[in-house]
Amino acid sequence: MRRFLRPGHDPVRERLKRDLFQFNKTVEHGFPHQPSALGYSPFLRLMAIGTRSGAIKLYGAPGVEFMGLHEENNTVMQIHFIPDQCQLVTLLDDNSLHLWSLKQHGGTSELREEHRFTLKGPPGSPPSATQVTAVLPHSSREVLYLGTESGNIFVVELPSFRVLEDRTITPEAVLQRIPEDNCNRRSCELVEALREHPKNPDHILIGYSRGLIVLWDLQNNKATHYFLGSQQLENLYWQKDGSKFISCHYDGSYSQWPVSSDNRQSEPLENTVPYGPFPCKAISKIYWQTTKNGLPYIIFQGGMPRASYGDRHSISVIHGSQQTAFDFTSRVIDFFIIFSSDPAADFDDPSALVVLAEEELVVIDLKSAGWPAVHPPYLASLHCSAITCSHHVSNIPLKLWERIISAGSKQNIHYSTMPWPIDGGTNIAPDPPQRDLLLTGHEDGTVRFWDASGVCLHLLYKLSTVRVFLTDADPNDNMNTLGEDEWPPLRKVGTFDPYSDDPRLGIQKIYLCKYSGYLAVAGTAGQVLVMELNDEDAEHVVDHAEADLLQDQEGYRWKGHEKLKTRDGPVRFEAGFQPFVLVQCQPPAVVTSLALHSEWKLVAFGTSHGFGLFDHQQKRLVFVKCTLHPSDQLALEGPLSRVKSLKKSLRQSFRRIRRSRVSSRKRRGGGGNASEVQEANAKFDQDVLQEMELAPVQRKIEARSAEDSFTGFVRTLYFADTFLRDSSRHCPSLWAGTNGGTVYAFCLRVPPAERRMDEPVRAEQAKEIQLMHRAPVVGILVLDGRSTPLPEPLEVAHDLSKSPDMQGSHQLLVVSEEQFKVFTLPKVSSKLKLKLTALEGCRVRKVTVANFGSCKTDDYSENDLAVLTNLGDIQIISLPFLKLQIRYPCIRKEDVSGIASCVFTKYGQGFYLISPSEFERFSLSTKWLVEPRCIVDMPEVTSNNHVHKSGTQNAARKSRGPGNSPGDCGEDERKSVRLMEHALLNDEKVLKEIQSTLEGGRGSYAEKNSSRSPLGHRLSNGGAD
Amino acid sequence: MTLSTFQIPTLFQEQSALSGKVCAGLFCGAQRAPPSSGGHPFGAEFRRFSLDRYKPGKFEDFYKLILHIHHIANLEVMIGYADVHGDLLPINNDDNFFKAVSSAHPLLRVFIQRQDEVDYSNFGTNTLSRKKKALVTLRNDNLRRRPHINISMPHDFRPVSSIIDVDILPETHRRVRLYRHGCEKPLGFYIRDGTSVRVTPHGLEKVPGIFISRMVPGGLAESTGLLAVNDEVLEVNGIEVAGKTLDQVTDMMIANSHNLIITVKPANQRNNIIRSSRMSGSSGQSTDSTASHHSLPTPHVLQNFHPDEMESDEEADIVIEGGLEPQHIPKLHSLTSSSLSRINGSSLSHRLQRDLVLNNSSGRESNGNIHKLLSSLKTDPRHSLVIPRGGIEEDGTVITL
Repeated sequence: MRRFLRPGHDPVRERLKRDLFQFNKTVEHGFPHQPSALGYSPFLRLMAIGTRSGAIKLYGAPGVEFMGLHEENNTVMQIHFIPDQCQLVTLLDDNSLHLWSLKQHGGTSELREEHRFTLKGPPGSPPSATQVTAVLPHSSREVLYLGTESGNIFVVELPSFRVLEDRTITPEAVLQRIPEDNCNRRSCELVEALREHPKNPDHILIGYSRGLIVLWDLQNNKATHYFLGSQQLENLYWQKDGSKFISCHYDGSYSQWPVSSDNRQSEPLENTVPYGPFPCKAISKIYWQTTKNGLPYIIFQGGMPRASYGDRHSISVIHGSQQTAFDFTSRVIDFFIIFSSDPAADFDDPSALVVLAEEELVVIDLKSAGWPAVHPPYLASLHCSAITCSHHVSNIPLKLWERIISAGSKQNIHYSTMPWPIDGGTNIAPDPPQRDLLLTGHEDGTVRFWDASGVCLHLLYKLSTVRVFLTDADPNDNMNTLGEDEWPPLRKVGTFDPYSDDPRLGIQKIYLCKYSGYLAVAGTAGQVLVMELNDEDAEHVVDHAEADLLQDQEGYRWKGHEKLKTRDGPVRFEAGFQPFVLVQCQPPAVVTSLALHSEWKLVAFGTSHGFGLFDHQQKRLVFVKCTLHPSDQLALEGPLSRVKSLKKSLRQSFRRIRRSRVSSRKRRGGGGNASEVQEANAKFDQDVLQEMELAPVQRKIEARSAEDSFTGFVRTLYFADTFLRDSSRHCPSLWAGTNGGTVYAFCLRVPPAERRMDEPVRAEQAKEIQLMHRAPVVGILVLDGRSTPLPEPLEVAHDLSKSPDMQGSHQLLVVSEEQFKVFTLPKVSSKLKLKLTALEGCRVRKVTVANFGSCKTDDYSENDLAVLTNLGDIQIISLPFLKLQIRYPCIRKEDVSGIASCVFTKYGQGFYLISPSEFERFSLSTKWLVEPRCIVDMPEVTSNNHVHKSGTQNAARKSRGPGNSPGDCGEDERKSVRLMEHALLNDEKVLKEIQSTLEGGRGSYAEKNSSRSPLGHRLSNGGAD
Repeated sequence: MTLSTFQIPTLFQEQSALSGKVCAGLFCGAQRAPPSSGGHPFGAEFRRFSLDRYKPGKFEDFYKLILHIHHIANLEVMIGYADVHGDLLPINNDDNFFKAVSSAHPLLRVFIQRQDEVDYSNFGTNTLSRKKKALVTLRNDNLRRRPHINISMPHDFRPVSSIIDVDILPETHRRVRLYRHGCEKPLGFYIRDGTSVRVTPHGLEKVPGIFISRMVPGGLAESTGLLAVNDEVLEVNGIEVAGKTLDQVTDMMIANSHNLIITVKPANQRNNIIRSSRMSGSSGQSTDSTASHHSLPTPHVLQNFHPDEMESDEEADIVIEGGLEPQHIPKLHSLTSSSLSRINGSSLSHRLQRDLVLNNSSGRESNGNIHKLLSSLKTDPRHSLVIPRGGIEEDGTVITL
């Protein structure tokens, strides 16, 4: 009866719960899904990215992040910062304009939408009349110029979005000043570009799609100059001094035009097709940047020869004789140049090229020789190869952290040393309390190590397991045959590479022991690698063993993929995690669970056929256990045959339909005319459709049975030192849970350290528990005498945990998809349970023990279970009494991949994928909360070239200045303290080492580059060959 | 008030799949009263003999044979057998006799009791494998109860479903309990989304609901006759399904499948039980008003149904303590030709072992005798699997015919 009553409301506990638990989605890590627009404010030094789903994200210095979401969820088409303001305007694909501003509130800045506006034409005008194509925020900060499809340029006041109708620049007004033989009404259709004169804010340059360019005097409302391009216009850019501008065109050409006071109509100074003479693709955007040495940088997007390189996503940089076409891995959305922001400077002096491609952000250092890429501190492309699994390790010891960083720094030597150029705003978030690692496994056989301590998810180190195996795409293949002098001078940049050479290489399970530096990684083709961290390059043989999980059971044939071929002889590994043991499961089914015990030097692995235990000290297989149910054919045949059979059955049913149609046609004989046949066919189609519609969505109610498929699938493995046999002696044990609700417990005998190499590890099955409800076992946990979960291996040895209580009796917690159940040990009898599915109809997808600290008192913390259900809810369940504490909706239940990707941390945070490239970070804890806290101050405007600067605004800014200064000061102090800490954190030696490798690596950059670009070439040309 | 439906157990016994050809070894444990009443000095004794599995003959002959073997021709006895699930079922006609023989697995354990000592309530329930009602009282002279009054021979049947809580539910609703334990029949029904109409203070309102969409012929749900297509599902084991998705309700039902209690609003309201005064009052007059009155008497949901009892009724997880066989590499099991049957055999032995553990722990002295006897037989049926076909051996208690 108790179970059906509402849980008692103990006020003390309720208060405590409020101090312990709190749900927040804190920050999105990774690269925005489907970016659609890019903006940059040289004034704020902030970058803005808009997405197809209507999100807008601002990034500055690492840790400075803002996010906003348009209510309409429409694609963001354009983003424009208002000059010298903490404001920006976005244009959506529904033609609405939105004004956003960064306002300080409670010590931090917040991004808020202030106004929205849709341009309305006179009644009866076509929608194209007001379709905005170009936006120019005027430097006066008072108005926006909106170019439209109709050729009209509307002027709206800011921030009210009031249309100043008398200032509209109509095509008629423009045409008045231009000889009619050169133009007609159609020349002024569709405004392609609007550019303000760099020196004279009263002049704006208007570019119309058909090629006409007009310099418009705003004061006198007249065209002062006009320029007739012969080609369809794509974009315009002013030279810094305003004496010239450059236009780029649809045919892949660009032209320079002089603007002289004497000549009102001019011919281009120069007209170039950079990748001619064959037809080229459009140049959609162009920059002209002046430098001290006189040689300008011309940077443009596109323009590749149509026939041979039309499929490339390129941005070309021309500087004197240097020319490189950066070849991106995905479509270029937009780009900008970071140049000297000092308006008084005589030259642009560009320092970096920032390119937003569809799948990644690439920043090129234009200052350093060879134009190397800059390693971004955020916006990492998590999906550069699809993520297949993730693993989180909290509180990494400093030593391991440094070693991983140093291994990673050796991989990053080809990156520029330039500090991150987008550095607006100040990060005022407290330092992350501990060092956390997020490890992601990828389809291409790599594991990436991310610094997940703070707001910026930052790549520390990348580990590849490919080297151990022989694959088709051998990196030693000679692809450097193509010459250096190739034209166009393409250079592959970026890391996004979704193509996996061999799906069997995919990583499925990761387990890192943070104390010993042992790492176990398991993959799709039943491979299990045990690795050790080595600070030096090394060449050695990987010990190889095979684990036959079927144990000679007859009559079974694996129809899935073959196992991976291993490389014979010694293999060279770079510094970092280096494999020393490879176990391959037979049949080579995907590894479904993995556990590593670094103290006992054992690794356990499971597949859909069974599980095994490997002694990686003696390099010897200890035992294997087949968990297959004899009637389970599906598991035996492997994953591919299922797909095949589905395909086959689909094909068959289609054939059947076709055949019946044909036969019905035949039956009609020669007499039947075409229309009759058609009619019959139509009727047939209708019948089929009806049949499909009539079949309702229904669910079968059937108990799980032992004969169900994949009951032997090993879902979880767990090592514990507990009382398995009798209550007087504890011993090492291995626990395994299967999809069919079976738990196996093996008693292990691990020889003492001094005889560890001499005596074999022994294992003996001690228990087998069959849960009657037969739901998949997703978690196993042993609680010690104080009902605390047993510590991790080596945790006690490193004095980081109290040693477990071995006096009181231990308890076993088995978590199935449907129930939580506590059993006594050593005699297993049910003690307590929570039947989650029976009560709520949801099933457990992920479960972890998490430690929750109170935000009120430092000395209280407790362990609870954090549970994610198939409905996307997160529940917290107390230990050891299994009482539901609190529930939060977190992920949409339809978002299956989001639910599948969720990973919890040990301190009540978690991550899940909201798109292939983004992790959402959430927190269940009141204490551990990693979220952006940042502030953006208006920099003092030093320039005096803005004629229209309004006095009141200036005064306002000034008056705010002093008020802010104490706070600013404090922040500066804090910042410097943080920097100091960072310096201490990475101890000096390591820093020096990093620096030396960085400097040493410079020279080899060119070689690396040359070997890279032909590779890219081969990849993208693969289709054509 | 509880209404139960019964079924003749033979209908849902599974055919034994073992390949034992002609012989079925049968154990007979004869249960005896103290020496005074019979010729034998023992409380129990065994006989072991074989029958033709496919032509066991008539019940009457078998009955006579039993009496003959045990030299108890002058006694009225009741013959029972342990089915594959450990349930004690009666043998009293040709049908269940044939069924019993054919389901021998490969041995058939037959129990003989004096007619006047039989406690009929044992039959049909999961007697031999239940924790709390463990194998009580095949010999029940110590636990003397009121003599049973036979009304309709319920001891020939086993409950498969019941209507419960009739007294607390609106007349238009029906709470059905499906006893799946021990029964190898599938639950056998499907559910779907649908809409139902409720009466609310604001008038009629369409709300989403869950309905039974299909019955599997021969399934448990169909055979009860208590559930039908288009019945609306209101609760699963006391939890309202309103607001839950089809998948959630599916998961709830599957999670409760060992002891599923569904409250439905039958599509066909004509078979409702019309109750007398107790519930009537305001709403009892017309079935329509209660039909539209959705809110169940939630505060006392499942009043007559004790969760604790349910707990014990369901899902005793099987725990096998101790090692089966130590497994070491390179020692590989030579699971050759017998691998399949070995696996089956061992799982059976697990089950029996569990029974043994459970029964021991319940420690009923009263039936210790037969209990020990049974357990000694059950420990490992594999050893007694092989009965030489024609090998006639007489070894005191074993007679081969």
